[in-house]
Amino acid sequence: MGQQRITRAECARVAALARLELTEEELERFTGQLDELLGHVAEVEALDVEGLAPTMHALPIANVLRPDVPGEVLDRDEVLARAPLAEDGQFRVPPVLGEAP
Amino acid sequence: MSDGALDKPGLGVPADTGWETVVGLEVHAELSTETKLFSASPNRFGGEPNTHIDPVSLGLPGSLPVLNQKAVELAIRVGLALNCGIRPSVFARKNYFYPDMPKDFQISQYDEPISVDGWLELPSGKRIGIERAHLEEDTGKTVHIGGAGRIHEAGYSLVDYNRAGVPLIEIVGRPELRSAEEARQYVAELRAILVAVGASDGKMEEGSLRVDCNVSVRPAGSDRLGTRCEIKNVNSLRSLGRAIEHEARRQIGLLAGGRPVEQQTRHWNEDEGRTHALRSKEEDHDYRYFPEPDLLPLDPSAEWVEEIRRELPPLPRDRRLRLGEAAPSADAGHIALAVERSLDGLALAAIGGGGLPERVMIHIVQNLAGGAGMLDAEALAGLAQMEEAGELTATQAKKVLAVLAESGGSPQDAARALGFEAMDSTELESMLDGLIAENPEEWSRFCEGDAKLTGFFVGQAMKATRGRADGKAVTQLLISRRG
Amino acid sequence: MTAVEISEAVRSGQRSARSVVDMSLSTIGAGEAEVHAFNLVAAEQALAQADEIDRMVAAGEDPGPLAGVPVALKDNLCTRGMGTTCSSRILEGWVPPYDATVVELLRNAGAVFVGKTNMDEFAMGSSTENSAFGPTRNPRDLSRVPGGSSGGSAAAVAAGFAPVALGSDTGGSIRQPAALCGVVGVKPTYGLVSRYGLVAFASSLDQIGPLAATVADSARVLDVISGPDARDSTSIGDPQPPVSATLGDGVDGLRVGVLAELSGDGIAPDVAARVRAAVGALEAAGARVAEASVPAAVYGLSAYYLIAQAEASSNLARYDGVRYGLRVDAPSTPGMNTATRSAGFGDEVKRRIMVGTYALSAGYYDAYYGRAQKVRTLIVDDFASAWEQFDLLVSPTSPTTAFSLGERTDDPMSMYMSDVCTVPVNLAGQAAMSVPYGVGDDGLPVGVQILAPALGEPVMFRAAAVLEASLQ
Repeated sequence: MGQQRITRAECARVAALARLELTEEELERFTGQLDELLGHVAEVEALDVEGLAPTMHALPIANVLRPDVPGEVLDRDEVLARAPLAEDGQFRVPPVLGEAP
Repeated sequence: MSDGALDKPGLGVPADTGWETVVGLEVHAELSTETKLFSASPNRFGGEPNTHIDPVSLGLPGSLPVLNQKAVELAIRVGLALNCGIRPSVFARKNYFYPDMPKDFQISQYDEPISVDGWLELPSGKRIGIERAHLEEDTGKTVHIGGAGRIHEAGYSLVDYNRAGVPLIEIVGRPELRSAEEARQYVAELRAILVAVGASDGKMEEGSLRVDCNVSVRPAGSDRLGTRCEIKNVNSLRSLGRAIEHEARRQIGLLAGGRPVEQQTRHWNEDEGRTHALRSKEEDHDYRYFPEPDLLPLDPSAEWVEEIRRELPPLPRDRRLRLGEAAPSADAGHIALAVERSLDGLALAAIGGGGLPERVMIHIVQNLAGGAGMLDAEALAGLAQMEEAGELTATQAKKVLAVLAESGGSPQDAARALGFEAMDSTELESMLDGLIAENPEEWSRFCEGDAKLTGFFVGQAMKATRGRADGKAVTQLLISRRG
Repeated sequence: MTAVEISEAVRSGQRSARSVVDMSLSTIGAGEAEVHAFNLVAAEQALAQADEIDRMVAAGEDPGPLAGVPVALKDNLCTRGMGTTCSSRILEGWVPPYDATVVELLRNAGAVFVGKTNMDEFAMGSSTENSAFGPTRNPRDLSRVPGGSSGGSAAAVAAGFAPVALGSDTGGSIRQPAALCGVVGVKPTYGLVSRYGLVAFASSLDQIGPLAATVADSARVLDVISGPDARDSTSIGDPQPPVSATLGDGVDGLRVGVLAELSGDGIAPDVAARVRAAVGALEAAGARVAEASVPAAVYGLSAYYLIAQAEASSNLARYDGVRYGLRVDAPSTPGMNTATRSAGFGDEVKRRIMVGTYALSAGYYDAYYGRAQKVRTLIVDDFASAWEQFDLLVSPTSPTTAFSLGERTDDPMSMYMSDVCTVPVNLAGQAAMSVPYGVGDDGLPVGVQILAPALGEPVMFRAAAVLEASLQ
């Protein structure tokens, strides 16, 4: 076994950031699996990529723009009918607790 | 906006406290496009909740963003108007969970914004650096139900996505403002620029212009920045000034008492006239920015940028300079006000049409606060000339102006309709006869060349005619009588 | 009947679309219980669509090049009025209010949608065992997996439920199940087919493509679904020539490289033998064959893994219980988000969201995601060098034939290894397809992967047609 790449605490922090709740068993298992996976993908660390530009897409295109012309809108009733909970034409959620960051 | 730049309620921390206020502003302005930044649903204020939505602005699975050309053009206009360089840019995802954000990430420009390194000149001539101006999408709106609408006490919340995806330009100013008043001037000027270039309607009360203030204080003369607080919910120029002044005083109070300023986000409460700290969230903020893979890089061609530059309308600063040249004796504040009220074009045309600049500017500044209405430049020039010729007194002219603004027409007709006909010479002559007879001593001193007596006789003439006489005409008559 | 035969028969009035669809539905009725290729069989809608095609034919109108052809759609393609789940509890019951562009195009070409196919949840997997609705079985051997993530689509074609299906390919999700089920599977050049309406896994890698029993059928479907789309910024703006037109042009004089890095270690000997046989067939048809090298391809899996999971972690944030799909209630919105996501996502999805979140998080971005994007550049550059010498490259599609159900579910790493031959193509945005080429020692199908440069589909299909013909 090499050095551990991800600890249980980091794994828990990542889960919280992703809004996932893990049981103790899951946390244990995921920590081990993530550690193994990260160990494997770490082979990219050995590569010399100095001076290389990152590739976002393989597509060599830019400046894709759309004219500012209004199009169709969705039917509100159709959308809200499939929402988990709706009220007064809006999506209803439990208290949000804090302002947006 | 209802609160004009001349409305100065004496803001600014007193200079003798030994502290300096440092303010940097982040201004979000909604761009005046027909549709959203990345989709074709309408960009329109108000409307029934959730009626301006499409798969993209609702973040439905499978939907993809496509960039609005008009939004890019408006962003370039703003960048150029703020003397920024226009750069190749990349959209990134800012990842965080919030119910008013349909994808739970916001598409924004992060490390490669479209405009960088510009400046904005305050009416005083001071230049404030602009770090960047970038494009991003707006969020929806959350209304908190129960608990008197307060976020922490609400029973539940309702989300409306009409605003989600509306194009915003975020203009990040450098912390180079030194008082609440300068901050107000900066926002007023920025707003005037945004409106002038057609980028935004600049309505703070409708939320289409939103200001976040970063405020810190430091001992006067220090060149180190103090710990700053960010103030949100500033919804008018008046609140902006009040909020900054309050926050600076709060921080000075802390530091003077030996307590540190804590870096935090604070909420301005307009009714209470104070800021309070937002409850800090337990979760950590790690936005995990990365380039938005559903969009391609944006690299506006030099030709396009030049075309936009050529078509830029005159900016407030240039308009002030131009009016200043046409009315060289006018006060700088009056020039600024004329431009802010968009009356500079009228003033220039009236001056060009033969109206004396001083008289034209008096009307623009003092008598047209409600706008020019039906008044045209020719009428304004004519009115100034009638005053100059002594055909109308200042008081009469103001009344004529009100009529012209209300219903248009010529100043001559309006003056006649109001009964403001200048006294004819016979009437003046007989009045003068009477004055000379009543004041023989003064008259003889006048005839001996005592110029001070001119004013005496003009004053007496005004008194006798209750202001109807024209001072210049009286002077002329006095001189010709003296022979 | 092939799709080409069906459409000719329906267009000419020899056969009704209804009878074609009836037959498809009865085949599904007979075999679906064993195979479980579908999350949804849309019998009523399909019959109504078929009747409409027949009405058009009767009225003298041309329903299009896929007239009456039953098509199975992977369940991550949005279909208006037809549930779309991505085989996830979190989207169970969700009915999209809009059609994906490819769905619109197929509909306008006269295709009939018989149902939505099973898949690994959110396309994350290589065996279709990561479905919330149970695994799909390989019609060639019900004890084996069909591959994944488009396992339901591959199985539907292999079982004869529909002559053609659509899948999506992020790292091999069309080609690998096509190989394991013995059908043709095409991963088009990134940007050739619009992604609008494809529920995203990894946006810079995802691409929709056809699975079919024959090369000609896959060509016909590709010609229908490809083309510019103003709703997808990454769609290639210029129309491309149809691949069907040059299908029979052969490979005489083409330079074909055998991709060394993807043909050696880790490839099962029986699979390698079939690839050699395929190369021999191409050579016999006039191709000039040599060994080719794309050195950075060996890092493909690692780079892919980081990039795909990073993008996925962000793409899957929207499943928060607010607007659509599952909600598990809690006293606060953050709590509701967490409860919903924890209950709605399966293990593999959670694992990948965590890896992606980690790879993007402060302090790790440069070491993981940023670095992976640079490795991607290396792979693109190495491929570019190869394309200076070769028109096409050949490799196995999958290192092995279909493995047994449950064999790799507890070992994520071994599962990921099944994509080792396919991921480099996605990273480079290029075209590739898998063509069945006989069977391995276990009697299960082997697929040969043909790789082409970006927009090299016409040449790639010529080689595929040669391979197909060489077996007959």
